[in-house]
Amino acid sequence: MPVKVAVRATAAHVTSPQPRGGTPPPRWRSRKAKGLAYAAPTAVFVTVFFLLPLLLVGQMSLSDWPLLGGDRGVNAPENYSDITDSTLFWPAIRFTLLYTVIVTVVLLALALLLALLVQESRPGAGFFRTVYFLPGALGLASASLLFWGLYSPTTGPLSRILEGLGLVDDPVSFLGSPTSALWSTVFLIVWKFAGFYMLILLVGLQRIPHEVYEAARMDGASRAQIFRSITLPLLRPSLALCLLLCVTGSLLAFDQFFILTKGGPDNSTVTVVQLIYREAFQRLNLGTAAALSNLVLAALLLLNALQFRGLRRADES
Amino acid sequence: MLTRALGRTPHYVVAGSLAVIFLFPLLWNAWASVSGQPGTAQQSGYGLGNYRTLLEYDAGLWRYLLNSTVVSALTVALTLGVSLLGGYAFARFDFPGKNLLFLLTLAILMVPYATLLIPLYVLLGRLHLQNSLIGLSLVLAMFQLPFATFMMRISFEAVPRELEESALVDGCGTAGALRRVLLPAVRPGLITVGLFAFLAAWNDFIAPLILISDSEKAPLPLAVANLRQQSMGAVDYGATEAGVVVLAVPCLLLFLLLQRHYIRGFMSGALKG
Repeated sequence: MPVKVAVRATAAHVTSPQPRGGTPPPRWRSRKAKGLAYAAPTAVFVTVFFLLPLLLVGQMSLSDWPLLGGDRGVNAPENYSDITDSTLFWPAIRFTLLYTVIVTVVLLALALLLALLVQESRPGAGFFRTVYFLPGALGLASASLLFWGLYSPTTGPLSRILEGLGLVDDPVSFLGSPTSALWSTVFLIVWKFAGFYMLILLVGLQRIPHEVYEAARMDGASRAQIFRSITLPLLRPSLALCLLLCVTGSLLAFDQFFILTKGGPDNSTVTVVQLIYREAFQRLNLGTAAALSNLVLAALLLLNALQFRGLRRADES
Repeated sequence: MLTRALGRTPHYVVAGSLAVIFLFPLLWNAWASVSGQPGTAQQSGYGLGNYRTLLEYDAGLWRYLLNSTVVSALTVALTLGVSLLGGYAFARFDFPGKNLLFLLTLAILMVPYATLLIPLYVLLGRLHLQNSLIGLSLVLAMFQLPFATFMMRISFEAVPRELEESALVDGCGTAGALRRVLLPAVRPGLITVGLFAFLAAWNDFIAPLILISDSEKAPLPLAVANLRQQSMGAVDYGATEAGVVVLAVPCLLLFLLLQRHYIRGFMSGALKG
């Protein structure tokens, strides 16, 4: 996750000037060999567990490949055309996009509110930062299991609280209808990740020089004006980074739906990655699963390329 | 003074209410795991009945805790080892293919988990590492490499070159300089990388779901999720809540202990950009 903070920062390293031309002094050659030796474990890992699987997934997507039994010869382009035969394909894409939009809007708005609440170092700010971040230390699967109990109509506290307040008469089935299952999952994700995005935005807020705020205040700008014309524009790189992380993460949603709704009720919350999982491990067809995951990969690469451009433009402004 | 305090009140009301909302699920779960619920081992009153169910569930809690500990320890060790050497190489040496290898390492981030796990399932089978905790750890360590390598590269770059050069002049080899001079200097980076790798390995769900087929070898998150799924007839909320506590406590403790390092490492990484 924070890793993607990393990607952005690396451009500088990658383009750093390399000594070129001429004959290097002898010590250099031995340093080259040593550098290679230190990088060797990384190279082995990247080759065996990343490049090789990528080649393999390409081959699998073109082959008839049942879960047990391995390659049974070419099956292209059927693996790809089979994808759209699944009655769940378009609903899963629609649902994943809808979920992504809702999570992104709600999560970023709340994370920004949290960051603004705790940015000044007044008494208690550290405590609030820790409390907001705390759910982020939990795993997504643990958090989903926790909320599964929280949402239980029989023993969960939420239903009883609503009944106690007189808002509802009968136990509420939070995961029982397509709409409530979607929003219940959104609530879980916002709870789990808001503190993490708050941290990214806090870094961004701290990069805004104090003088800018002071100058605006001297000119008699109101708090709303300062927020709109200073904070928001100068926070754009951090907001763009959050957007990138949040969109990518939501498009690949799996754990929360697998545990909380199992795709139900009535397959209304099946996401694209769940579809890949079902194709591979329930319908036992690795070929089509590989084809489907290649499509997801292509879509994400395209999206990331677009967002990177946006991110760089935001950085320059 | 009084007016300033009053002016702050709305802020504290908002921040405080949000804090209650954020803490409530955690506190409720801890309380529910020891309190009486119908249909669980803890029928009435308070006690550890739910934890006792968990102890005896399928292969047993100790087995799952051991599995999770082995996977996390292996993943942390592999991640630290590879990224320490790799970070040193990328920060301090020039060698052919350096930039390509660094970009490829970061490219791991670009590929969805599911896209890699399908071929890894087949590949680990060919390496006779299918359904093994070692295979799972290797995969989890690979997913940690982009962040870990990047973090260690920045950590090494932040150390003044003179420190290392004086050691080299004094007759240390590069390995000696790394061990005696650089290792203490990059310790904060190692702590951040280690904490990340631990949290990721301890909590991961989809990789063991796909790569581990034997319930004897399931790590804890998978075991607790299975516990819930297999008892669909008689849902045992209590045991699941106890499982969440067992899963969450190490993460929360480690985070609270190391949060200074974590947040500092996080911020230095982000600020460099």
